[in-house]
Amino acid sequence: MSSSIENLVNREYKFGFVTDIEADTIPAGLGEDTVRAISAKKHEPAWLLDWRLKALRRWTTMKEPHWGNVRYEPIDYQDQVYYSAPRTAKPLGSMDDVDPKLREAYDKLGIPLKEQQVLAGVAVDAVFDSVSVGTTYREQLAKLGIIFCSLGEAVREHPDLVRKYLGTVVPYSDNFYASLNSAVFSDGSFVYVPPGVRCPMELSTYFRINAANTGQFERTLIIADTGAYVSYLEGCTAPKRATNQLHAAVVELIALENATVKYSTVQNWYAGDEEGRGGIFNFVTKRGKCAGANSKISWTQVETGSAITWKYPSVILQGDNSVGEFYSVAVVNHHQQADTGTKMLHLGRNTRSNIVSKGISAGQGNNSYRGRVFVGPKAAGARNYTQCDSMLIGNRCGAHTFPYIEVGNDTAQVEHEASTSKIGEDQIFYLQQRGISKENAVSMIVAGFCKDVFKELPMEFALEAQQLLGITLEGSVG
Amino acid sequence: MLDIRDLQAKVGGGNDILKGINLAVKAGEIHAVMGPNGSGKSTLAQVLAGNPAYEVTGGSATFDGRDLFGMQPEERAQAGLFMAFQYPVEIPGVSNAYFLRSAYNEIRKAHGEEEVDPLEFLDIMERNLALVDMDQSMLQRSVNAGFSGGEKKRNEILQMAVLRPRLAILDETDSGLDIDALRIVAEGVNKLRRPDNATIVVTHYQRLLNHIVPDFVHVLSAGRIVKSGGKELALELEEKGYDWLETPAEAVA
Repeated sequence: MSSSIENLVNREYKFGFVTDIEADTIPAGLGEDTVRAISAKKHEPAWLLDWRLKALRRWTTMKEPHWGNVRYEPIDYQDQVYYSAPRTAKPLGSMDDVDPKLREAYDKLGIPLKEQQVLAGVAVDAVFDSVSVGTTYREQLAKLGIIFCSLGEAVREHPDLVRKYLGTVVPYSDNFYASLNSAVFSDGSFVYVPPGVRCPMELSTYFRINAANTGQFERTLIIADTGAYVSYLEGCTAPKRATNQLHAAVVELIALENATVKYSTVQNWYAGDEEGRGGIFNFVTKRGKCAGANSKISWTQVETGSAITWKYPSVILQGDNSVGEFYSVAVVNHHQQADTGTKMLHLGRNTRSNIVSKGISAGQGNNSYRGRVFVGPKAAGARNYTQCDSMLIGNRCGAHTFPYIEVGNDTAQVEHEASTSKIGEDQIFYLQQRGISKENAVSMIVAGFCKDVFKELPMEFALEAQQLLGITLEGSVG
Repeated sequence: MLDIRDLQAKVGGGNDILKGINLAVKAGEIHAVMGPNGSGKSTLAQVLAGNPAYEVTGGSATFDGRDLFGMQPEERAQAGLFMAFQYPVEIPGVSNAYFLRSAYNEIRKAHGEEEVDPLEFLDIMERNLALVDMDQSMLQRSVNAGFSGGEKKRNEILQMAVLRPRLAILDETDSGLDIDALRIVAEGVNKLRRPDNATIVVTHYQRLLNHIVPDFVHVLSAGRIVKSGGKELALELEEKGYDWLETPAEAVA
């Protein structure tokens, strides 16, 4: 059976194509010149260049972190390309100005960049290598005062907002990868929802790494002002390449009083081949701050891709009665490694957090949950509930749990539940005996295992996530 | 319908548990397979259903003319072979309704029929729920998760009612059932009886056969059928136990 389990995981990565497009690239290497060149290409104001340079100087004093339960060859940061943009003759005036090759690439990905979006009701910003190639629905959103554009544009058109919030949740000195990102970030998405406005549609960004040896360092900043609501979706793919590619993104979320931000990710970066060659190193810092009372930040992630995933979407629960949530499905197969989880930092009174983590390991994959629940001395009445379940498929994979709990207020309640199970051959046989194929049986069992997380995803994303899970695990049972 | 010849089988790397079973089942018939613990009666059910933990080491079986052992478990199910499990398996997070509709549609697809949508399927379910005295709430519950022993067995019969198999094999469905649940299960099976389907009831005790009356009774001992007869054989076993059969086993076989 275990050899049969292996057969189910082996399906081709269907987003592995490369688009042949002329690119404007800054040569490999990282120094002040690189940072100045990026900033100049983007016509940035002096304050932002200064901020980037401070981050770079800080970064040069830092060491790459190795506390994660992941293994890889050293990364040569001087051998990376830090900026690559599709070359266009003139600035994009409308979606029709987008390079047809780029449009074709997004069509292959199933990302609607034009009219289909009107039907889909999803506003999409697409980041191809380093720059944002177009934002749909902008006018409709603008009527409500919602700003949804690339971060580069926001720096030009809404500099006060960017300057007020950039780096307030993830400072440039935060950690090795966040500092690197702060120095060289190329583009990303910016969202601002004004007071009392409920964003009427899901906002979505699609990230794509195309160029070889290029790192993607996007930076996303989302602000929900007092009483506002926004739900944001992020999807990612990359071509198949034999060498590893670095992805070090930063996402900052800010929820003011009574505001809610919901952030969902389906991460399907190229995972490397069956022998573990190539694939994306996904070293990402995601953090939200519940700055105001009664605010809420909810992270939902489905991580199926990347050779290595290192990310901990976290929430700083500063406002009284604020709520942080983390729902995660992480799947590893072949030689994939994931060290992922969350941090919930309870600072305000009566703050609550809920963590549901589902880890699935197949092939020789290695999956670690790492979580920190911190309750500060002033966080009277704080509550946390953590549920952390692992499922093993086959005999050569691994599942690990590293929970850290620090409680500084004795009125707090913290609960942690964990379980580990193997996918049951008896379960598979039971479904087969009812006429369901082995592959569909595995998908059904795994989807059932992940149900508590999938139900948090917006509908269209939930279906995609379920399919992706089926594809990722195909061949893991045979 | 089912023709088993000289079937030998074992579990994992052990010795043969079945040592030459011959059995023919025709449409419209109910066969009871009885025997003491360890005689191989559950093994027979598992082998026919295709449980990969069991290995066929000799003999053959055809199901409606097809080589049963050349078919995957799901192909056997799609061809109309159903086994009610002695220990129904829990599948957390998968609703009974979704699971049953998937199974129903897989079988329809295999017969070149169109799949039914969730609303049509709800109608089908409503007609069948009453048969096993269950209400709609169980459709949204996860498959067998947190079900009582009786609920699990009734859920097996519900699946059987919905999937309408050619051949149903009940593997010790009576074990662990109280008398009321036993009656509900047996009535369900009786109502599902048709001239074109057949049932094999695997059981240790005669009591289920008070409710489901068999046409034939076979007694298994040490991997062989040592005696076959009509329904009165079951009563005789009830009275005398299994011991009296074991000595002359070779002679009878």
